[in-house]
Amino acid sequence: MSPTTIWITVLAGSAVCLALKLAGHVVPGSWAAHPRVARTAALVTVALLAALVAVQTVASGRELVVDARLPALGVAAVALLLRAPFIVVVVLAALTAALLRAAGMP
Amino acid sequence: MPRSARPTTPPDERAVVRQALSVSVATGLYGISLGALAVVAGLSVWQAVVLSLLMFSGGSQFALVGIVGTGGSAASAIATAGLLGIRNGFYGVQLSPLLAVRSWRRVLAAHLTIDESTAVATAQPTVRLARVGFWLTGAGVFVLWNAFVLAGALAGNALGDPKRYGLDAAASAAFLALLWPRLRTALARYVAAGAVVVAVILTPAVPSGVPVLVAAVLAVVVGWWSGRSHANPATAEGGSR
Repeated sequence: MSPTTIWITVLAGSAVCLALKLAGHVVPGSWAAHPRVARTAALVTVALLAALVAVQTVASGRELVVDARLPALGVAAVALLLRAPFIVVVVLAALTAALLRAAGMP
Repeated sequence: MPRSARPTTPPDERAVVRQALSVSVATGLYGISLGALAVVAGLSVWQAVVLSLLMFSGGSQFALVGIVGTGGSAASAIATAGLLGIRNGFYGVQLSPLLAVRSWRRVLAAHLTIDESTAVATAQPTVRLARVGFWLTGAGVFVLWNAFVLAGALAGNALGDPKRYGLDAAASAAFLALLWPRLRTALARYVAAGAVVVAVILTPAVPSGVPVLVAAVLAVVVGWWSGRSHANPATAEGGSR
């Protein structure tokens, strides 16, 4: 891509993303406040976050791989069970992956 | 905008401030890898920074950078970033009644509507704490994310592989920590489990980014179906966004 094309991509993509964000904020309150819509939106958030956990942990492009991320996620889950603060959970996961990779795990 | 923590703040407010700051630091740090990846993909430092300032949604930014880097078309890069940004629209539906802001504050709130600010806000027990959580997390992530994207872009290849520092695993853990407080109901846990299965099964079969969107569609179906008892035809468009 030429620098101009990249600029267009960056600006148009950003405009689309901001428009979507704004659309969510300006839909009628009665529509958004409906229990079914509110519950569906909450479940969508759960599904997206869960899917992002899965994809971030075992996907490498379109390949499924088991590498240091999976045990790191396990450590994060244990930390969450023990009610560790967010930053501790994240640092423990990064540390686990970094150490396992230093030890030769992909 | 965020109120600063005062020495006399009650414990629950201190907790949300602490949560917002740790989410901001964790998310911000991951910006290093986005900055580095953007430069490797062919964006200039300025383009990486402007992308982060204006798009300000990690998933969409990673998608856009990835497609530019693999020689994809501008249209596919914009479309994928936009599709990944749809979830922010759903977040806005949840946040709008919670924040109750108008005019330029609403535009600002929309811009700061991302996974992290939504997750922190909606995990709070009261509206007041939700607002503190939203603005503080949104502003904190905005400042740190953009600062670290700039740092990452400047460092470029010099940093080497972000995986060496476990930054990819940190992202997984961050999403898990954001998901955790939302799994209180059995229905939420079923949906989460289903989303994981769908995302893993679809990953080899469809373009990157699509498995996550299909998981969202499944949640819409489940949310719709589980709400049969409250049926109201006026909300029939609820599943089509």
